[in-house]
Amino acid sequence: MKVRYFAWVRERVGKAEEDIDPPDGIATVGDLVAWLTRRGEGYAYAFENPNVVRSAIDKRHVRSDARIAGAGEIAFFPPMTGG
Amino acid sequence: MTITIRLQREAFDAANEIAALTRNRTDIGAVVTFTGICRADENGEPIAALNLEHYPDMAEAEIGRHIEAARQRWPLLGVTVIHRYGRIAPGEGIVLVVTASSHREAAFAAAEFLMDYLKTRAPFWKQVEKPGGKTSDKIWVEAKASDDSAAERWKPVPTKREAAN
Repeated sequence: MKVRYFAWVRERVGKAEEDIDPPDGIATVGDLVAWLTRRGEGYAYAFENPNVVRSAIDKRHVRSDARIAGAGEIAFFPPMTGG
Repeated sequence: MTITIRLQREAFDAANEIAALTRNRTDIGAVVTFTGICRADENGEPIAALNLEHYPDMAEAEIGRHIEAARQRWPLLGVTVIHRYGRIAPGEGIVLVVTASSHREAAFAAAEFLMDYLKTRAPFWKQVEKPGGKTSDKIWVEAKASDDSAAERWKPVPTKREAAN
């Protein structure tokens, strides 16, 4: 699946997007965050406060308990500041 | 209902957008516009510009969902939302919301509803560019709790499950 990062989450991870293949057992967005956090310093920094980072599956806001099975694109980003 | 959503780098002209929305219409009795403008300061500090990052496809989809929610609540005849991205200098418009209805109540309420949701749900992020132009002078704007509470007031009465969270 494709993962995209925006704003300071993108800066901390060090890339705008990547394709990932998480192992079995990674069922929810929260599981995915925990798995990503173990991949390196940048990820750990980006998700140091996982309650702050927002997420979307296939361009819809989701909460951390949302299941990722079948997701095409998952995005992580800070609270929004548009308008 | 006429719906226009545009995400663009370029400046917009509110008068042109009102004219486009109301042209050849005699059913519209009220048009409300809101324009969000880039200030020259952020938290009391001078700024050179704002840089807006966005999540293109989701931004358009999310704005569309909020327009649909507004349409279900109020008898709207037209909505235009334009949100800019990229570099925006002080004095320039950032966002434009135009709502049209037969009467003013719906147009006023829907414009406010749309802006409150755009602020907290549309995937845009503002970065402040400080005068001087160094990379270290670029700071992400923090989300405001007051924007969250502004959006909260439009929510229907929470269900038991939501209230527990």
